[in-house]
This record gives sequence, C-alpha cells and structure tokens, in this order.
Amino acid sequence: MTSSLSKRYTYYFLLPAGIVYLVFFIFPTVMSLFFSMTWWSLTDWKFIGFDNFKTFLTEDSLNVGFKNTIIYAVVTCGLKVVLGLLLGVFLCTKLKSVGFIRSMVFFPTLLSTIAVGIAFTMMMHPSQGLFNVTLKAMGIIGPDWLGDTKIALLSVALVDVWKGVGIATVIYIAGIMSIPNDYYEALMIDGGNSFHKFWNIILPLSKPAMNSVIILSFIGGLRTFDLIWAMTKGGPGFSTDLIASIIYKQYQGGFYGLSTAGNVILFIVVSALAFPLYAYLNRKEVDL
Amino acid sequence: MITKTIKRSQFNPLVVRSSKKEKPRSKSKWAIEFMAILMTIFIFGIPFYFVIINAVKDATESASLNMAWPASFHIIDNINAVFQAQNGMIMRAFYNSIMITLLSIFLLIIMGSMAGYVLQRKKSKLSPLFNFLILAGLIIPPAIVPTIWVLNSIGLFKTMPGIVLVEVALHLPFTVLLYKGFMATIPKEIEEAAIIDGCTKSKLFFHIIFPLLKPVSSTVIVLTAVAVYNDFVNPLYFFPGSENATLQLTLYNFTSMYKTEWNLLFTNILLISIPPLILFIFFNKKIISGMTSGSIK
Repeated sequence: MTSSLSKRYTYYFLLPAGIVYLVFFIFPTVMSLFFSMTWWSLTDWKFIGFDNFKTFLTEDSLNVGFKNTIIYAVVTCGLKVVLGLLLGVFLCTKLKSVGFIRSMVFFPTLLSTIAVGIAFTMMMHPSQGLFNVTLKAMGIIGPDWLGDTKIALLSVALVDVWKGVGIATVIYIAGIMSIPNDYYEALMIDGGNSFHKFWNIILPLSKPAMNSVIILSFIGGLRTFDLIWAMTKGGPGFSTDLIASIIYKQYQGGFYGLSTAGNVILFIVVSALAFPLYAYLNRKEVDL
Repeated sequence: MITKTIKRSQFNPLVVRSSKKEKPRSKSKWAIEFMAILMTIFIFGIPFYFVIINAVKDATESASLNMAWPASFHIIDNINAVFQAQNGMIMRAFYNSIMITLLSIFLLIIMGSMAGYVLQRKKSKLSPLFNFLILAGLIIPPAIVPTIWVLNSIGLFKTMPGIVLVEVALHLPFTVLLYKGFMATIPKEIEEAAIIDGCTKSKLFFHIIFPLLKPVSSTVIVLTAVAVYNDFVNPLYFFPGSENATLQLTLYNFTSMYKTEWNLLFTNILLISIPPLILFIFFNKKIISGMTSGSIK
C-alpha cells in the first residue's frame, strides 16, 4: 500500500495553476530584473546597466518614496496592531452590542478602497470638509489634512487604518477565542484580576494572531497604491508619493525601464523587510 | 506555512465562570457599553451617513458637503443621471466587473483545488520549492510593466481573458494555501477505499475529493469576489481603454478639474457598494472565518 501511496497523486494536477502562475507572475518578476537595467519601449530595449537605479536613488522626486513608504507601512501597521488588539479584546466580552460593533468595524474592509478614499477626501476638505467644520464648531481651527505636506501622509494612513482595522480585529478575535478556558480557570483559582487576564493570558497566547496582523498589515502598507492614488495622487508636491505610486507615474510617463526599476526596488524593500520579519516572528512562535 | 481552521470555542473565554456572573450588571458596565456604541457610531457610522445623505441631495445642496438633512430627495434622479453618464458607461462597467469576478472565481476554484490537493498529499524533494513559490507570491509585489509586456506578446493586453488570468495568477497563492490547509483535515482512508473500487486519479479528485472541499470553495468564492470586484490597480494597468472600464473607474466620471458633481459621485459610490453589502449580509461569517483561517497558523 505504501508504494502506491505517492503514485496516487500526480503532479499533472499542478499544471493549470502552475502554468498561469509561472507565465503571469513568476516570469514577469524574473524578467523585471533584466528590464530594470534597460531603456525600454515595450517593443525595443537598450541595455544601460544600473542607470535606472542610480536615477531612482539620486533624484529627489523619486527617492522620497523610500522614506514615505517606510513611514506609511510602520504607522498603519503599528496602529492596526494596537487598535486591533484593543478592539479584539473588547469585542470578546459579553456586552450586548458586540455583534453590532463587530459588524460596523468589519464592514469597511469590504468596501472599495477608491470609494473610501474619495469619500474621506471630501470629509478632509480644508474649509468645507466635515472634519474641519466639526472642529470649527468646537472652536478649533483644523489643519489642511491633505494639503499640508507635513501631515498629508499621516492623514492617508489614518484612512487606511479606518478601512483596515476590521481585518486585524477579527484575526485577534479568532486568536483570543481559541485560548482554552483552562487558563482562565487557573487564573481564577490563583485570584488574578482582569489586568492579569489580559497581560498574562490573552497577550502571550494571542501572539500567533498578532504575528499575522503584523505581517499582513506591514506588507500591505509597503505595497499600498490605490488609497494614495484616490486621495492625493502623491501630492502635495511629492510628500505622499510611495514607491508604488512612483512606479505608476513613471509608467504613465512612458519610462518603462525606470518604472520596472522601481518595481525591482519595491520588490527588494518588501523582501528585505518581510522575509526576515516573517522568520523572526515564526522563530518566536516556536519558543512559546 | 500550514493553515489550520480555528476551532471556535463554544464558551466565551473572557468571562470567567463564577458566582459573580449572577449579579446584576453594574452601572459602570452600562456606561462602558454606551460609550462603545457611541464611539462606533461616531467613527464608523458618520462616514456612511455622510455618503448616503449627500447621495440623495441635488447638485447645489450637495456642493456644500455638509451633513444637514436634505431639503428634498433626488435619489431617483441621481441614479438616472449616474446611469446615463458617459453614454451609460456604468452598465458596461457592471458587466466587465462582474464577468472578471465570475471568471476569476471559476478558474481559481478549479486550479487552486487541484494544486492544493496534490501539494498537501504528495511529499517529494520538490515540496520545499513549491512552498517557497507560494510564500513568494504572498509577499512579492507583481512586476507591472513586464506583465504588460507578457500580455502584449501573447495578444491578451487590454482583453478580458488577460485581466482574468492576471487576477487568477495573483490570487492563486492564497487560494492554494486555503485548499492545502483544508485537505489536511480530510482522511486518506476515503481515497484508499475509492482506489480499491477502481477509481482513476482524476475521477478520484473530481468525484470524491472536490465535493468534500465545498467549505473552502465557498470561502474562496466570497473572498475572491470581494478582492477582485474591488480591485482598482490591476484593471488600471492591465485592462485600460474606455470600452474596458470597471466599476471602480466609474468613480472618476464625476470629478474633473473644474467641476465635481458631488451628489452623482456619492450616488455612484452607493451603487457600487451594493454588491459588497449583499455579500456582507449573507456571508458575514464565511468572510470573517475565511480571512482569519488563512492567516493564523
């Protein structure tokens, strides 16, 4: 029976998925390494070495993307990890309104990013927008949320958190729900209070959930394009340009080689940060 | 990276069972609950209210972008105007978006289930390579212009099959992961019995295993539906052209440098949010369990 075991399965079953995946994902990714070193017009190319990368690293309108992308990813990821945990813990209590709040928090994740971006752009209008009109009623002069180069990136990051915290929350809820009741009973016998419950049981035992939230939202943050495009298009100036939006701008401008170099850079940034983070978090998990 | 569906406990873990439970709820608990509801409505409810209320106003009233109750309701006029904009572009967009979504779901289910089945069952020297490729697909951002170049070379750029195949390729890693995780819970004895009865490899899969994968398939359906329907970036790159508009692009019909018709824009947002809303109402639990099962190991 054992000899027939592995024969029962055939790698032919991988063919449909494998071909589509290779042709439309792996092959373009590999080719991007080559085309990033060319001047390229889709039909014609000329090898120019590392010039595209040099341009990307030296030109101010392009290398601003690194700083912005890292800031954006760290801010959105950090807020989702913390707010998601608080919401998750809160929504695991036995309050009557838990179902309602959970739905309200989760629903934005299903909406179109573009629609959310446009709606919030309206609400962040400096003079007419809902945010500043409300602040004005309270006697505060609100900032120009998307027009001030200092805070525009953070404003977009806040909208990202508004839209995405629901996923973090449900991941935490799933993690907290899977903690066996024995722990709480043990704590009760030892006379622990609800702070002990949070600090000594929920926090350490929901670590796998937290790791997922960190990885998912960090990678998501690094790759963000649509929300930035819907809200600021990289402006004012280049203050909210992320690597992904620069790739699009170069593509629109017809600089295909430069755009592909941006893609390779994004690929390197994401891999250089995400793979080690993934390995580190998983190693910790084994220790638990 | 092995996925595992979370066993949902029957009990609520945050409530320690004790005699305290029988005591009536204290005033502070009511206060906390009241505050929580208030904050939820403030943070998550107001944006929805803002969009809805401005979608029913006429052009001049919505131009002030406030939350005031409308003087008169124009929702029917607005819907008509949205449907007529750009020679009925939204109808074309509805068709495109829904076709792309349906075709992607169909291909993802067939390809993903076959791949997940074999990858979970067959262990060989190649397994680490396949695992790496799946992980890479989850992390690495797609290379845009080279993908356009590939599509262009095989004549699929700006075509429906082209965008569908790209969507499928980009969503395959997660789909395969879901199927692979679920396959681990299906006992091998079922297959042994079928083999003894003289079942062929493909019959074994399509007639016996595939029906057992129904729970994952439905998860894949709702998750892909949400992701592909809401996708803006891929159609922007791989499916350009006025004939090829998708619903996410119709939002740009009513904004221009000189004049923006806010009421129509908000009506458009409402219209394209209806399909996700329907999914949410009917498959709320499925979506949540799908999103979490793929991410917690």
